[in-house]
Amino acid sequence: MTLGVATGAALSPAAERVRERLSASPVAGRSEVADLDLPTIEVAAEGWPALARFLRDDPGCRYDLFLDLCGVDNLRRPGKKTRFEAVVHLHSLSRNEHVRVRVLLADAEKPRLPSVCDVYPASNWFEREAYDLFGFDVTGHPNLHRILCHDAFVGHPLRKDYAPGQRWFYAEEDARMPEWSKNTDERAGHFETQTISIGPSHPATHGIIHLVARLDGEKIVRAETMIGYLHRCFEKMAETHHWNQIVPYTDRLNYVSAMLNGVGYVRTVEKMLGVEVPDRGRLVRTILSEFTRIMDHCVCIGANMVDIGALTNFIYLYQNRENIYDLLEACCGARLTVSYVRVGGLAVDVPDDFVPRCRALLDSIPGFLDDVEKLVTNNRIVRNRLSGTGIVTKEQAIAWGMTGPMLRASGVAYDVRRARPYDFYDKFDWDVPIAQDGDNFARYLVRLEEMRQSLKIIRQALEIFPAKGPVNSDDWRVVLPPKDAVYHDMESLIYHFKLTMEGIRVPAGERYEWIEGANGELGFYAVSDGRGGPYRLKVRPPCFPNMAAFEHIVVGGTVSDAIATLGTLNVIAGELDR
Amino acid sequence: MGLFGKKGELPALEAPKPGASGGADFFVTRLEEMVGWARKNSLWPFPFATACCGIEFMSVAAAHYDISRFGSEVVRFSPRQADLLVVAGTVTDKMAPVLRRIYDQMPEPKWVISMGVCASSGGFYRAYHVTQGIDEIVPVDVYVPGCPPTPEELIHAIIELQKKIASGEKSRDGRSAKFAAEKLS
Repeated sequence: MTLGVATGAALSPAAERVRERLSASPVAGRSEVADLDLPTIEVAAEGWPALARFLRDDPGCRYDLFLDLCGVDNLRRPGKKTRFEAVVHLHSLSRNEHVRVRVLLADAEKPRLPSVCDVYPASNWFEREAYDLFGFDVTGHPNLHRILCHDAFVGHPLRKDYAPGQRWFYAEEDARMPEWSKNTDERAGHFETQTISIGPSHPATHGIIHLVARLDGEKIVRAETMIGYLHRCFEKMAETHHWNQIVPYTDRLNYVSAMLNGVGYVRTVEKMLGVEVPDRGRLVRTILSEFTRIMDHCVCIGANMVDIGALTNFIYLYQNRENIYDLLEACCGARLTVSYVRVGGLAVDVPDDFVPRCRALLDSIPGFLDDVEKLVTNNRIVRNRLSGTGIVTKEQAIAWGMTGPMLRASGVAYDVRRARPYDFYDKFDWDVPIAQDGDNFARYLVRLEEMRQSLKIIRQALEIFPAKGPVNSDDWRVVLPPKDAVYHDMESLIYHFKLTMEGIRVPAGERYEWIEGANGELGFYAVSDGRGGPYRLKVRPPCFPNMAAFEHIVVGGTVSDAIATLGTLNVIAGELDR
Repeated sequence: MGLFGKKGELPALEAPKPGASGGADFFVTRLEEMVGWARKNSLWPFPFATACCGIEFMSVAAAHYDISRFGSEVVRFSPRQADLLVVAGTVTDKMAPVLRRIYDQMPEPKWVISMGVCASSGGFYRAYHVTQGIDEIVPVDVYVPGCPPTPEELIHAIIELQKKIASGEKSRDGRSAKFAAEKLS
């Protein structure tokens, strides 16, 4: 059956090309191509697996990186074709393009979504999440259980008719263990296997992660990761707040690099509004984002070293964090969860000694990095523990939807700052470090080099940093007018009142914006229905696909390898579970 | 005699005469007070670090803030070796039974610090999966406000807890103090 392709108005070249490829191919099912912020393909649920296979394999498409799948409940959005839809974002590494697929689910009570796990292994956990939060009946899924909410939960919380505060009682007996872990696996004449739980409260599971592993001696022969122990309902909370009120919530996603989340989020809203932030404001964001990236990598490497028995590095690296905290505290008053960005700019301007403070940090950080490098890089114990363990090949990394240092350590040079430069990243001279081995040691090296590249970026940003100038947009429908004007001028007072009481009016529509978070592509998919807050806000957390792969990576290694691997995955529970 | 002697010379110290202390080579106290003094200066915390507050707990434990100045740097990850439970971060309904289990596994006497507003009240997560304060599950001795609290605030909480331990004040559920009293009598 040939596709019925909508003949809309002039499409962007990218959308036009997708439409051309689609119309030339015999994919079962009807799909339409629209041109929103991304080329968007609309398809009925039955046609989705075939379309997925086509998008992955067609030489003109090659959307090989599965980024995100999320549900949307259109109950309060009249005029939509179906109540539920699944929105998928894909990326093509070879052609460096994103595409969105909107899968329309017909049944309003029990929406059926065919699984595409066999096409995109990365979709496994995303589909479970959609089942958990929206009640999608994912047909053909290998392990369809709740993933974020606890196992005694009733209902599907992200449906629009679910009250945000409705909790359900949960006791220890309700916890689900994987079916396979209940039966012993004793083969005749073989060493007896045993099943153990690592976590959810275990010193090496930074944050709270639960690994159920079957051991044969000390080797892991089967594993399953359980998450959701820090599911704080970010997305539901976002739906009940104004656009600017969500900034503090974003800080607590990846709380190790809080600033980056805020930047990623407000960029999405700014794009929807069409607001431009002045250069100075964007440079402050860039500089602090890169410092934040350094902080994140410091904790990742430091904690990983602690897990394998090298405490000193943690003390050295953590001192960087303390020094950067001082800078952040001078800027906004908070150390960790900064809440510094606002839609249209920043909460306040930077202090007068911002540049000298940054320069002092640029001088102090390399010393600590050198110390750690001397202690670690050629340390035999570290090499033995990290080299050749937790290997992820290039093909696996792509199939599992990995991004960031994980993907780059496996030899794929995909960095959002380079692939789709935002702010000033295309004006700076810096490199994307990659490694080929894909093991834990490669990931350590990539992170270490990324910190040095971040320093390089900051140095160049400081050179073009304007000493004076606004940091905020002067569009007062978006940014609060200055206090002086509010007290003396009626119009400003009205803007102030409207913004505070009603929030920013973001035009109805949807947008996916992505930046390079510390762990990889950090995307925000926002749907607005024109009110003061989002109708739906989905984070594409870079940890999530990385963690989904963990249960596959550790099989065949020992428990101690798994601990080292968990450290280099750098899973932050706040972002993983949201 | 001055405190400092000449350069290169040690000041001569007078040898104590027998009985110079007036027979006060001991001091009188109550046993509970001495035990309380010993306990408060050697707290072994179990960091139940679930979220952002856990990162600030790391700050307190690292070189800059150095929790060992207050005698509580021996961070234990086994509840059976700890007497101070620091709940640092949001506790969700899925995590709540785990928290209770860990509290139950800690030997008496034991104390609990609820670090941050999430642990204390659910914070700004008034939501379907978040426990609205850990005192739904375990008794709390000191609540620390903040999101997350600064390291100074956590240190302050530890000092407050030390005062509480020294004073022999009962824990919220009365168990710790009762147990201590039984052991001593």
